[in-house]
This record gives sequence, structure tokens and C-alpha cells, in this order.
Amino acid sequence: MRLRLLSGLAALATLAFVASCARAPAPVAFIADGKPEHLSDWHLLNVTGGRLAPNAGVLPYDLVTPLFSDYAHKLRTVWMPAGVSANYSPDQAFDFPVGTILSKTFYYPRAGAADAVLKTYDAEPGAPAAGLDLSRVRLVETRVLVRRAAGWTVLPYVWNAEQTEAELQRTGDTKTLELVDAQGHGEKFTYVVPNENQCASCHVTNLRAGEFSPLGPKARNLNRTLAYAEGSENQIARWVRAGFLTGVPAGELPRAADWRDAQQPIAARARSYLDVNCAHCHQASATASNTSLRLDALGPADWSLGLCKPSVAAGKGTGDRIQDIVPGKPDESILPFRLASTEGGVMMPELGRTTVHQEGVQLIRDWIAAMPGHCDSNHSTKD
Amino acid sequence: MHSTRPSRRPVVLVAAVAAVVAASLAGCGRHSDPNARAGDLPVDAEFAKKLQGQLLDAKPGTVVEIPAGRWHLDRGLSLRVNGVTIRGAGMEQTILSFREQVAGPEGLLAQASDFTIEGLTIEDTKGDALKINSGDNITIRNVRVRWTDGPKTSNGAYGLYPVKTNNVLIEGSQSFGAADAGIYVGQSRNVVVRNCRAEQNVAGIEIENTIDADVHDNVATGNTGGILVFNMPNLSQPGHSTRVFHNKVDANNLGNFGAKGTAVASVPAGSGIVVNSNSLVEIFDNDVTDNATANVIISSYFSTGYFSTKGTQPGYDPYPRGIAVHDNRFKGGGDSPDGMDLKVLKTAMFGLTGHFPDVLWDGYVDAARPNVPEERLCVDATASGVLNADGPNKYKNPRMVSDELRCKLAPLSPVTIRAVGAAASAASAASA
Repeated sequence: MRLRLLSGLAALATLAFVASCARAPAPVAFIADGKPEHLSDWHLLNVTGGRLAPNAGVLPYDLVTPLFSDYAHKLRTVWMPAGVSANYSPDQAFDFPVGTILSKTFYYPRAGAADAVLKTYDAEPGAPAAGLDLSRVRLVETRVLVRRAAGWTVLPYVWNAEQTEAELQRTGDTKTLELVDAQGHGEKFTYVVPNENQCASCHVTNLRAGEFSPLGPKARNLNRTLAYAEGSENQIARWVRAGFLTGVPAGELPRAADWRDAQQPIAARARSYLDVNCAHCHQASATASNTSLRLDALGPADWSLGLCKPSVAAGKGTGDRIQDIVPGKPDESILPFRLASTEGGVMMPELGRTTVHQEGVQLIRDWIAAMPGHCDSNHSTKD
Repeated sequence: MHSTRPSRRPVVLVAAVAAVVAASLAGCGRHSDPNARAGDLPVDAEFAKKLQGQLLDAKPGTVVEIPAGRWHLDRGLSLRVNGVTIRGAGMEQTILSFREQVAGPEGLLAQASDFTIEGLTIEDTKGDALKINSGDNITIRNVRVRWTDGPKTSNGAYGLYPVKTNNVLIEGSQSFGAADAGIYVGQSRNVVVRNCRAEQNVAGIEIENTIDADVHDNVATGNTGGILVFNMPNLSQPGHSTRVFHNKVDANNLGNFGAKGTAVASVPAGSGIVVNSNSLVEIFDNDVTDNATANVIISSYFSTGYFSTKGTQPGYDPYPRGIAVHDNRFKGGGDSPDGMDLKVLKTAMFGLTGHFPDVLWDGYVDAARPNVPEERLCVDATASGVLNADGPNKYKNPRMVSDELRCKLAPLSPVTIRAVGAAASAASAASA
């Protein structure tokens, strides 16, 4: 508790410094019912002095391997009321207490014109701990996940052009943006803000139970260092120190491979990428369980991971290929074909992107190309 | 799989007279012309937003009514609330067009129980038209799905697509142009498909990995394959016990336009009724006519070309067992089979102008369980005969086996769908 208060004060001091604002912002509001129309109703993020920054007591966090969302950058935060904390889990999302508020702000570094944004992995200066310089970034949406007594509620807020406020859009939205690469080449694309049910189609990982769950904050994906305002620290240690997390065992904690870290084994990077980008649907009881393709990090590396597995319900998504993964042969494998598509009914994931994640596709191709063995199938299809 | 015939236990549900809260969209204002041509038409953004909003706000018992008109949507709709009815003004009157769809990929994705949808058309979706994933007590009534450019590989895969569902009634519905199966029920239990029409799909009606299904009084015509009963590997359950009866399965001779690698891509054009690797299938009282490869095909997963040891879950049963074909009315067919192997086989055995008999069997049998009486293929004399194509030996020694298969199997019992309503989940929860 005392630690929480101290960190809150430190954040307040930082904000006051940045904003040269005499008035302390209102504290975070846990709203137990209803669907607040404005993001600012929650007081999670403050727009002051040309920056968007986490409010006092709101911790930014980052993931080892993030979900690809059309090259959007993400400012993630966690907040809990005083006196409660999440229970640690070694392999599932933490069990968060009532009152928890997670937020994820999707933004892009600007590339000049209003709708032109940069295709880059370079982090914004000061992000995430010191928030974002609003003159440098284009804010798109902030998704708020709040743990209420009845379960999780998801609320998608879309930012206004002035970047002063985000309004609730329960039925989603679309934005036309232009993604500009390092060579200055622009590609127009439609950024799709999901509706509440589409949020659920990823976040409900047990269809029959219907229970909504956060996806990112799992031990293996949080177990990394973050540059906080008060210095660098392991995120799990920081959450414990903030009073956000209990039950963390001593010793080595699970850690996912960073999908971009070329020093790590390619299979670990690829499995980590699939875990984050696909497994919310492709696991035992989730949306895509009807396909029996299991892409979570915990599953076995056999047919259920797609090895030599024929498609079940792919339709045109097979791309005239027979099996999900043919070892050594990315061009004969369905998996990279669907990752490289933007066509509805072909592309995977089905939601959350309209562009191709070139670097992600390359990783999966390289992984398949490096796989030993072959499928012992009789390939002859009808003439 | 051991083929004792399991007794059917119909899911007993309490008929519910739900308090219905009608949430009409009629206040939306704009009615577009139902006869307007599809094409580069504007998206009804306000309509879509309101309709999706109603699906988000629905409570058990809510009836979401969609007024007459041709409505254009650019994003797929979704429902996650149990006990909801979606009702159009009729399949000719209420048309949801997804020609301009940018996200979805389904037209409507329902992940809900006690769900009824009726009286509308869904067309030109990028992916599946109507997918219902994991739910109990599903009714699809008088719903049409279609792809208006006709059969194309780039069409959505499935038309009406309940999967992992229990107690499912599909009636009075239609599918045109699905690139996989028009009316498809997968990994489900207790299913009735009746009085439907499937045309110009790769598979007209397909029952896959499903337990206890009745498919009757349907018309399947002009598809690649008319009515399919399949068991594919790696899925949540093997299917068995399907009755296919009193259907009209005519001239399913459309060239196969399914993408390679899909299960139905292995179906030759000109297939009437096809059983693949499924067990306990009773095919009777159908009019099966002019299907150019064969009016009936009985086959094993080994014939699809997709089998591999690594890619197949251990324990999968690739053999069709306990298949009865009796008391049907056959005419024509078998005269122009699809694919070189079958063309050569037909010509070699029956000559250029001859034709296959009504039943074509690939001849795969489980060597570990030969001649188990209840696992036989039985075909009566209403079929012109059965050709064992000798698939295991690459069609080397095909032979007529009609007389060997004049056996009888115990009839399967009917499927009963009792009632579907908002209170049904409460009733089944109470009895669980």
C-alpha cells in the first residue's frame, strides 16, 4: 500500500513537471456499471501539456511479443484499486480482481499529413512510461477492459481529430490511413476498430463458458524489463512492488521468446508469435477449436500444431495447398499463405488487421523452411 | 469405431413461450429497393450500426426484426447473447448484402444458444454467410444464402454453417454458390435438415462429424456433390447415425470449384449422395437421378488423397461402416464420371456409352474387422448395382459386387427436435 502511494506520488510529480499544471488531475475512477461515453470518464490517461500520459497509480506495461495490429503501436496500462491484487498464474492470464482496469491505446507515429503514419518498430521517445508526445503521434483508439463484479467489460473508445477525447464506439468504426515505410512509400489501408462482440471473439477463450479474459498479461509475455520513470525494472517485479500481483513463485519465471530477437531459436520465436497472434482462437475451447488447430505455446508440436494436417474449414483459405505446415516447404503450407493474405475468408487472423505483417510472415516462413522431416502423405488429388 | 447402433436420446426441451421484446429496426428510415442490382452500392452505415447495436444490446427473449429492403453492410454482424431471434420480413423481402465487406469475414457470426434466425437472405459474404459456433437449440428457418456471381472459388466457404452445436433444425432454407458446402452441419448432435434447397454449391448439403442427423425432403441439384455425409480426422468427435431420406438429388454435375486442400475438393463432379468414412448411414426413399459420376458413392478417407500418418490423429477411423442404401428411386447417372481414373475405369468396364451402376464403392475395408455384420455396406435391388472400384489397388481389379451386398441393417431411429425457445437453456441447465 505504502509503495503504491509512493509510486503514485512520483507519477504525479512527473506529470506536474511535464504539464506545468498546478491542478492535480482527478484520480482513476472505477465505474462499476454502465458504459461511460468518454474515455476521460475513467481518468486513466491524462491529456496535458501536449502529452498523453498515464494518470497517477496507472502503470504502463509492454509485452515480450505483441499482437500485430496493422503496425499500430500500443500504450498499455494496468490499474487496480488499493487493497486488491491479481493472482499469479504460470501459464494463463492473471486472475485479476474486481476493480482492475486495463487499457490499450492504439497509435502511430505521424508521417506528415493527417492520415499518414509511419510503418516502424522504433519506439516513441519516452513511451510508454512518460506517455506520448501528441504532436508526434496519431491516436486511433483506446480499448478499456474493466473487471466488474459480473466479469470483464470491454469498451472501445475512438479518438477525436483534436486528440483531446475519445468517444465510445460500441459498434466499432473504420479509419482510412496511409502507412508510410522507411523508403517513403505509402500504402493506404482501412484500420478497423472492432465492435464489442468482435473484441469478445478473441477475448472469450472458452466459448461454452463465455467468459471474457485479458490476453496479453500472462507471465511469459510480461517477463521483461521496462524503462519506468523511476528507472528500469522487470515488469513482474514492478507489479509485485506496486501491489498489483501476488503469489509469484521464487526462481525463474516463464518467458516467451521475443519474436524479433534473432539471437533466440527460430522455433521459439515462431511459437511465441503464433501464441500471441493466433492462440486466442486456436486453442482447445476457443473460437477456432472446431478446426482442431492449436497454436498456443503450450500445445504439442504434432498434427495439432498443423504439421502435415489437412485443412478442416478453410475454403478458399487453403490457397490450393493441402496441409497447414509441410516441413521445409513454406510455399506448400497453408499457414503462411493465410498470414500473407488480406482477403476476407482467406486471411488469418480473421480480425484485427487489414494489412500484411511482412516480418511476421517471414518469421513463419523461415521457421517452416528450417523444419526437418516431411509428410508421408499420398498427395495425389483428383485430376 | 464399433458399430453398435446407439439408441437416440432426443434432447427434451420445454416449449417456451418467451416474453418477446420486439426491437424493430423500422424506425431506421431508409428502405432501399429490394430489386436494386447488386454492385457498387453505398453501404448503409447507419443501418449497420443500429443493427449491430441491437445485437449487442439484445437480452434473452429479444426479437430483432429487420425490415424489408436490400441493405448493404461492410462489416460482419455478430451475436453473443443466448435466446435471441433475428427475423426478417421474408427471404425475398429482407436482403443483407455484404458485397462491400471489408471485415468479418462472416455475414453473421452467432456464438449463442437458443438462437433462431428466419425470413431473410444473406448474400455475397467474403467468408461464411451464417456461422453458428458452439450453441444449443438452433433454428434456421426460411433463410437464403447466395453468392450472386454464381459458383466461384473466391466465394465464401459455407452458406448455413452450424458447428459444435446441439439440437439443430434447418428448414425451408436455401444456399446457392458456396465454395465449400451450402448447408453444412459439423461436429454437432441431434440435427434435422428438411425442406431445403441447395444448388450450385460444391457440396449441396453436408453432414460432417455429426451424431444423429435426419436429412429429408430436400432438393440438392446442380451442385458438384448433392448430399454428403463425411467424417474427417482430427475433429472433436467422429460422427455416426445419419438418415438421408425422401430427398431429390438430381444432376449434381457442376465442375468442382472448391479450393484444393478442402475436403470437398476431393468430390468428383457428378456425385449424388456421398458417404465418406462415416458410420451408420441409412439412405432410403430418395429420388436420385442423373448424377454423372455416380448416384451414390461410398468411400474412405484414403480415397481423398489427404491421408498422412503424421497429419492424422491416432484413432481416427477412415472406414465407412454400417451403410444401408435401400428403397430409393434411381434414374440415369454414372455415364460421364469426373477425373481420369474414373473415366478410364468406366470405359474399361462399361464401354464408351455405358455407365457406372447406381452405387460406386471405393472398396476400402478394415482388414482388422472383416465381415462384421453390422458394419457391412448393404444395397438393395432398387439400385442398379454396386461397383467395387478396388481403390486400394489403384483400380486394378474392379468388379461388380451387387449380389454380395444384398444384406439388411437395422433401421436407424428418427431424430426428434422438440422445441427451441428462450427458456430452453434454463430447462436444459436445470436438468443437467
